[in-house]
Amino acid sequence: MTDSEHHHWRLDTDADGIAWLHFNKADGSTNVLSSATLAELDTQLTALAAQPPRGLVILSDKANGFIAGADVKEFTALTDSASAMVLIERGQAVLNRLAKMPFPTLALIHGFCLGGGLELALACRYRIAEDESRLGLPEVRLGIHPGFGGSVRLPPLIGAPAAMDLMLSGRTVRARAAAKMGLVDYAVPQRHLLRAARRMILDAPTAKHARGWKGWTNHQWVRPLLAPLFKQQVAKRARADHYPAPTALIDLWRKYGDQPIRMLPEEARSVANLIVTPTAQNLVRVFLLQDRLKSLGRADDFKPQHVHVVGAGIMGGDIAAWCALRGLHVTLQDQTPERVAPAIKRAYALFQQQLKLPRLINAAMDRLVPDCHGRGVGCADVVIEAIYENREAKQALYSVLEPQLKPGALLATNTSSIPLQELCTTLQQPARLVGLHFFNPVAKMQLIEVVSSPDTDPQQAARAAAFARRIDRLPLPVTSTPGFLVNRILMPYLLEAVNLEAEGVPANLIDKAALDFGMPMGPILLADTVGLDICLSVADILARGRDDLVPARLRERVLAGRLGKKTGQGFYRYTNGKPVPLHSPSRPHVSPDLTDRLMLRLLNEAVACLREGVVSDADLLDAGVIFGTGFAPFRGGPLQYIKSSGAAQLLARLRVLEQRYGARFAPDPGWAALTV
Amino acid sequence: MAQVPGYGTGQTVFIVDGSRTPFLKARGRPGPFSAADLALAAARPLLARQSFPMQAIDEVILGCVMPGPDEANIARIVSLRLGLGERVPAWTVQRNCASGMQALDCAAQSIAQGRAELVLAGGVEAMSHAPVLLSPAMVDWLADWYAARDLGTRLKTLSRLRPTHLKPVIALLRGLTDPVVGLTMGQTAENLAQRFNITREQMDAYAVESHRRLARAQHQGLLGGLEVLYDRDGNYYFADDGLRRDSSVDQLAKLKPVFDKPFGLVTAGNSAQVTDGAACLILASAAAVEKHQLPVLGKLIDCAWAGLDPAQMGLGPVYAMAPLLARHGLRSADIDYWEINEAFAAQVLACLAAWDDANFCRDELHLDVPLGGIDRAHLNIDGGGVSLGHPVGASGARIVLHLLHVLKRNNAQRGVASLCIGGGQGGAMLVEAP
Repeated sequence: MTDSEHHHWRLDTDADGIAWLHFNKADGSTNVLSSATLAELDTQLTALAAQPPRGLVILSDKANGFIAGADVKEFTALTDSASAMVLIERGQAVLNRLAKMPFPTLALIHGFCLGGGLELALACRYRIAEDESRLGLPEVRLGIHPGFGGSVRLPPLIGAPAAMDLMLSGRTVRARAAAKMGLVDYAVPQRHLLRAARRMILDAPTAKHARGWKGWTNHQWVRPLLAPLFKQQVAKRARADHYPAPTALIDLWRKYGDQPIRMLPEEARSVANLIVTPTAQNLVRVFLLQDRLKSLGRADDFKPQHVHVVGAGIMGGDIAAWCALRGLHVTLQDQTPERVAPAIKRAYALFQQQLKLPRLINAAMDRLVPDCHGRGVGCADVVIEAIYENREAKQALYSVLEPQLKPGALLATNTSSIPLQELCTTLQQPARLVGLHFFNPVAKMQLIEVVSSPDTDPQQAARAAAFARRIDRLPLPVTSTPGFLVNRILMPYLLEAVNLEAEGVPANLIDKAALDFGMPMGPILLADTVGLDICLSVADILARGRDDLVPARLRERVLAGRLGKKTGQGFYRYTNGKPVPLHSPSRPHVSPDLTDRLMLRLLNEAVACLREGVVSDADLLDAGVIFGTGFAPFRGGPLQYIKSSGAAQLLARLRVLEQRYGARFAPDPGWAALTV
Repeated sequence: MAQVPGYGTGQTVFIVDGSRTPFLKARGRPGPFSAADLALAAARPLLARQSFPMQAIDEVILGCVMPGPDEANIARIVSLRLGLGERVPAWTVQRNCASGMQALDCAAQSIAQGRAELVLAGGVEAMSHAPVLLSPAMVDWLADWYAARDLGTRLKTLSRLRPTHLKPVIALLRGLTDPVVGLTMGQTAENLAQRFNITREQMDAYAVESHRRLARAQHQGLLGGLEVLYDRDGNYYFADDGLRRDSSVDQLAKLKPVFDKPFGLVTAGNSAQVTDGAACLILASAAAVEKHQLPVLGKLIDCAWAGLDPAQMGLGPVYAMAPLLARHGLRSADIDYWEINEAFAAQVLACLAAWDDANFCRDELHLDVPLGGIDRAHLNIDGGGVSLGHPVGASGARIVLHLLHVLKRNNAQRGVASLCIGGGQGGAMLVEAP
């Protein structure tokens, strides 16, 4: 065997006779299990089986981690479940070979160990993880479940409750937690990794498995009792009609949970069926879109260290806190300590929730510096303006900031409604201003719209995108048009919901229709949460003088001071923060066009945005709407949804609504390009 | 003795700038900030407004009497949390109530000897965080308990546990008690009151005046270098909160003595408050001032330390100031402003009395003629420990910083800052306008 045959896996045998199999995927910075890497692993294992070593340690030579999972790009090529079955069974066969090796095998894990990577580790007799590593089975987020034997090997190892929780939530766990639950044998600091692996191979203790009550959870009498409980848990997170994979996984385990031999082919069949569903294909697409957004942040190698935020309100304060959480040095400026103090309190709550350990919380607090005198402006790599929406006030602030900026510093505004081409006019260098439009709540919303006006220097926009990646956010380049992308697409949908409510449709029914479609939150509740005053001001800006587009109902509520959640009443009444419908008529008025009226206005606006070039292509539009609004990910985004439901059909429906309800449903000219 | 050009006999030492936190009165439980948090809150804005990069700091020296259990060598912790970098050495000094002044003296010596160009120095104390300890008897019992292996021994050990074992040791009270002479700091003040015939009324009047002066200074914004503190619950603190604007002699007269019950004179109202706070200064050599084009707040000229009877510790300033002035050929009239830390009203009044007393000056200070009286109008003009508190490690740095601000504000030339030190010592520092 020559080295030329081995591109991805390198085998070393040490003086003790232990074989060290190094995974270093030739093309790419991350190890994934593609058809090619699996095939080569198979030949390596075959050779090892022929001349058994004292033991085998599998480890990664990549700095970022062990193995990120299966090669997701290969999923998109799958069109039918038969070819999916072939792919999955091939992977299962390789890992089964690993599991059956007659000598001790050990996965030595650092960084991330996800999906197929963890399944490979589960096929080894032992697992040792570096303290900082993270392990998980996130397949469910792609609309499938583990398919390389993970759902077969995990429950007996750590017991059904922990195993199902990991697989159903897709969450990752840190090495220490993994060791505690039995997922890995040991979590050790980096300095002991190699010694620990060697000792474990040489000592060759009995492989671990779930003991005591945990072992009993996989018993054939217990599984039928636990399965409904798992389904209840899942129902809290995702609806079975939208996301079939969790239910399929629970059923698979309930039927075959103690028969590994039968379960393996059933696991493959289940995944093969799931993987070709539109849900899985769309979720895979969303995953790849996310990668694309990430790659937009790599166009420039800007490496900011210090961020200065002006304006310690909800947005400014939370942006500052998030940047500090992600390791940047942050100065937060406002006019008085009174305005800064609440932001520090919220930051502390965020750090507590995210970081847990007092040492890390203190370090994050130390990185967030209240700065009422604006001393940080001159040292900052990024200055973000997040003051109230007033053109003159912002311009006045820029005239103070600009002369202090250090050379090469990025100047950004978090404005959601004022065009950059108006804001930048008073700057000495108008080309330096970019928009960094964060969404509320900052800690939850992954998307940042990176806004460019015709004046904006493209390099500044690229640096803004790099900054967004630095704080672990997804940058979406958009043009500086009213509402940018996300608010603009969201607004007609919210306003139509208000129209429906004004017509007498109960708010909770409107919200239910949106939830049934797959939206994460109903539009009425969303409007109440955002604040009706804010909705109205955005709606007014987008309506550009067309009063018929802004429902009178919304204006009435705002004038009456019912601004939503923050005032305790909007379209709902709030008791202890929970929405209660204002009135529930015994025979509620229901519009037969309820869902269509909501969704088609959203889709129509999406078509308009694409035609106007607010974003550069349909994929970015879908990505922006999914990550910015939570638009039903399993539908793949508004344009993908139009494509899959048939553009011509939707257009016809839109015309019907136009006749029935008026010009606000007039199809955008952009439909023409979609229906050809 | 000939006048010397620089600090002691070395090179000139400049004070560039300084900051302090508001002093927060201890309210019976640990306050919102640890000692390291306080020092950080004072130093961070101070460094942020400098023209030189933080990395230019050569050394960090902090005075602190009782750092928390997680704050061993607190100066190093503060230095690292400030982001000065792992290569900057840092050390902590302890001379009880003068720890902050000791830090300045050490920093000044470092610069005077040419070992450092820029030093961050100051003092900090979170008195409200002073630990509560187990008694030695309890620690002893615990050792037996951990050593007990079998049930019989355990039961036997358990049977020896008495309620008195559980009585906590309040470290703060022990720290404020002189173990050699067996007196609390307040009792040493009672000694001075008796020796110099200071009445309760005089003490209370002094305390009221201290509050009045601080109130005026706060109102007129005269407390330079004060930085806002932010806690984790959304509160912020911008002023010394021990101030009692409504303080009056009548009200103070109602307070009971706390140290010598029931006949003593020293009350909580005429003593320094137990307080949390920090003060930090940047000291620089002439070369650093020139290199970074630094503004200069003042010069440190010299420092003197003295020892005396621990039972009379409040007279420490007198013993330290006398040789300091003598060394530089100065008399009281040459000093424009004074800061004598107000540990107790009685103690400051005793210092003033001793300074004027020809017999005391002759017998104790070996002066043929007293150095001349100290004008109360030029002493602690913006209040002191009685009104704004005495976080023991921080006060020495605070009074030097404040004195420099007072000199600047009044276009004055020379000042002396001094403290009495538990255990029977005094420290005094001579400063000048640039």
